Amino acid sequence: MKIKVIVTPKNGVLDPQGKAIQQTLNSMNFIDVNEVRQGKYFEIETDLKDEKDAKKNVEDMCKKLLANLVIEDYKIL
Amino acid sequence: MKSSVIIFPGSNCDRDMDVALKKFGFKNKMVWHNDNVIPKSDLVVLPGGFSYGDYLRCGSIAAKSNIINSVIEFANKGGLVIGICNGFQILIETGLVTGALLRNKYLKFICKNIFVKANKTQNKYFNKIKKDILELHIAHNDGNYFCSEDDLKSMQDNDQIAVRYCDSNGEISEYSNPNGSIQNIAGVFNEKKNILGMMPHPERVIDSCLSSNDGSYFFENLLSNMK
Repeated sequence: MKIKVIVTPKNGVLDPQGKAIQQTLNSMNFIDVNEVRQGKYFEIETDLKDEKDAKKNVEDMCKKLLANLVIEDYKIL
Repeated sequence: MKSSVIIFPGSNCDRDMDVALKKFGFKNKMVWHNDNVIPKSDLVVLPGGFSYGDYLRCGSIAAKSNIINSVIEFANKGGLVIGICNGFQILIETGLVTGALLRNKYLKFICKNIFVKANKTQNKYFNKIKKDILELHIAHNDGNYFCSEDDLKSMQDNDQIAVRYCDSNGEISEYSNPNGSIQNIAGVFNEKKNILGMMPHPERVIDSCLSSNDGSYFFENLLSNMK
C-alpha cells in the first residue's frame, strides 16, 4: 500500500525559498501570485495491508523523522 | 582531558576539530557514527560538514545514527557536548537543544569571517574569555535560527543564548545578522549549559595565519575549565 504525505512550513515560519519562487513568478508576469510556500511530498510504500494501521504508522514516522514539528506541519493524504 | 569527535558520512570539519583539540592539549579520538559506544571522554564534538548530503533536513539523518544514543546518554549525565555548524543542526534534530535552523534568509551559502558576542554567564565555554567580541568563521546554507516565542523567552530567562552575531564594535543589529536568525542568534545552550550548539567555527581560527586567532580563546578557556 502506498501512503502519501505532504510536509509544509508552518504558518508564520519564514520560507525564503517560497518567497524567491513567488518573486520569480511575479517577474514572469504571474502578477496574481502573492504567496508561495514550498514543502515536501513523500510516497511511502508499506507492507501493511490495513489502511488505518498504515496511516497510523506513517503518522509516527512524520513525528519522528519526516517533519520537524518546530517549523513544519504534515498532512497524510 | 579526553575528547571524541564523531565522524558522519559527509562530515568535513572533523579533522580541523581534531587538529584544534590536540593543539590545545586534548587527547582526541575520532569516532565513527556506526559505533555504539563513545570512548571514555570529557568532551564530545559533533563537527561541521554535510552529513548525509543534507538530505531531508540538515542533520536529520545523522540524528538517528547508531552513536547518537550514547551521545544523548553522555549529555544527559552532564557531559560536555559541542555541535558546530552541521553539528549544531544535528543537536537540534536530536532535540538536545531547542529551535530549528532554516535556510539562510537571502538563500546564499555564506562563507566569511563574522563577529560574535558570547554569553559569559555560568557556562564553561565562554566564561573567562577576556575579549568581548570574537572574530570567528561561518560557512553554511542553513543557519537561520528560529524558535517559538515561548521558547525564546524561556531561553532568554535562563541565559541560554550562547552567541549572537554583531559587528566589529559589538553592535548587534540587522546589519550584523548574516542569515536572518531571530535575535541574531548564532548559538544556544541547553538548559544545564553543558551542551553548546553554534554555527560559527572556532576550529577554523586557531592561528594568526588563519585570518583570526580568536578560536584559540574558546579552546583555551574550555580546557582551563575542565582541569
